[in-house]
Amino acid sequence: MRTPSYFFVNKLLMHPAAKPVVFGLALLPLCWLVGAVATDALGANPAEALIRSLGDWTLRMLCLVLAVTPARVMTGTPALARFRRMLGLFVFFYAMLHLLAYAWFDMGFDGAEIARDVAKRPFILVGMLAGLWLLVLAATSFNRAIRWMGAPRWRMLHRAVYAIAVLAILHFYWMRAGKNDFAEVAVYAVLLAALLGWRVWHRLQQRRKPPAPARASGGY
Amino acid sequence: MPIPSRRSGFLHPVASEITPRAVYEERRQLLRLWAAGAAGATLAAWAGRDALAQVPRPGKLTALPGAPSAVAGALSLEKLTSYQDASTYNNFYEFGTDKADPARNAHTLRTHPWTVEVEGLVKKPGKYGIEDLLKLSAQEERIYRLRCVEGWSMVIPWVGYSLSELIRRVEPLGSAKYVEFVTLADRARMPNLGSRVLDWPYVEGLRLDEALHPLTLLTFGMYGEVLPHQNGAPVRLVVPWKYGFKSAKSIVKIRFTEQQPATAWVKAAQQEYGFYSNVNPQVDHPRWSQATERRIGEDGLFAKKRKTLMFNGYEAQVGQLYAGMDLKTFY
Repeated sequence: MRTPSYFFVNKLLMHPAAKPVVFGLALLPLCWLVGAVATDALGANPAEALIRSLGDWTLRMLCLVLAVTPARVMTGTPALARFRRMLGLFVFFYAMLHLLAYAWFDMGFDGAEIARDVAKRPFILVGMLAGLWLLVLAATSFNRAIRWMGAPRWRMLHRAVYAIAVLAILHFYWMRAGKNDFAEVAVYAVLLAALLGWRVWHRLQQRRKPPAPARASGGY
Repeated sequence: MPIPSRRSGFLHPVASEITPRAVYEERRQLLRLWAAGAAGATLAAWAGRDALAQVPRPGKLTALPGAPSAVAGALSLEKLTSYQDASTYNNFYEFGTDKADPARNAHTLRTHPWTVEVEGLVKKPGKYGIEDLLKLSAQEERIYRLRCVEGWSMVIPWVGYSLSELIRRVEPLGSAKYVEFVTLADRARMPNLGSRVLDWPYVEGLRLDEALHPLTLLTFGMYGEVLPHQNGAPVRLVVPWKYGFKSAKSIVKIRFTEQQPATAWVKAAQQEYGFYSNVNPQVDHPRWSQATERRIGEDGLFAKKRKTLMFNGYEAQVGQLYAGMDLKTFY
């Protein structure tokens, strides 16, 4: 199993520059969007394009962070776990920008208007709920929160990310329902279903095996 | 100015501060003059609306000039949406559901030869070649607001003539109550017909009196040129007081019926889209508000949305068509 390429990949992932590089890559979509706004390259309805792109990137980041654990286990690359928290926080980051863009460009920061909209459009409510959960997870993402809560309880809380994934897909599905246009929704739904399904499958596999010694890094 | 105290008693104006009668009368006269001047300038703009209506041609397609329309309400004085925006931000699902898709994919559409079949409850049914249809009546330029059910709007200079010109010539029978518009469904040329987003062909319809209203435009061009494919070439409908989807594109058949036509969006989602679909800020779509709209191209990202007008601002012209109707029931 431990081929030279394994050691190379592991060395790469453990390199001190690895985290800043991933950080920079995760910021690229935002840079691109800011550039597109500045050069008026977002088409006839820049507000709509911006809000939707930020939503798309939130979903993509969510897929990415949920892929970390399956990739780590399947390829036997524990070093991947180093990136999980940062990617999770990027999901939160893009979700908040998505919400900010909606509140600003669609609603003009009018609180009463937003309240009416949440009541009117169930998909907005679902998006808000997902955002709220993300806020809770982001607020408890640092090491002291883990120590303060205790690892088992913390892990339990952060399994909410699976519920967030379901809410995010529902949000996207409902938004597209008006156009009966589910092709893109299906792509993300299949991806997220595969990522969540793998966890169920893996859990069942583990159960069949005799009790293993405590894992070094817990959580899915 | 002295600060009054209890001891100063009643304060008299100083004689030197009183404006002489001759001066203040002169000032009123001046104001009157200015007002007249402003009114004159407005009138001049009004008189010059014909000149304003001469929209600069984008120079991309064949010219199709139209004389400024004399129909009431047909020449909005609002700032035109740019041709670029009007021809790249479209809903034309046969070419894809993304609003950039039609401009990308509609080049495959063939608009010559093209015939429009008139059938159903009329004395003179027949087939019209697009060339004959173009010459059937004088082409007019009309600047209409366009309000999409999704909550955005544009101001577009269309070229065409009142649909009533065609309807009068085919002589509807007394039993004709509705007009149905069937649009092209060409699997070979329209990439999205394989999807089940809607029932193809796309069908729209109007009540006969709506179809006869002078504002209902049989449209062949925009911005002084023939229609770009993505905007519904070679002939489409524009009904400015209804949500955009009521204005069928690339029409191949006009059918006069006694029964209310089963229109595409009503078939797809009956609880969300009504047959009338008049622009109405007081009747929300079940899933979103219709009170406001985003005017495309207006001051970019930070522009506030504007209030949507009853019948898209054409209430004076079309309100009587719906007198006594409950617009919440007949949405």
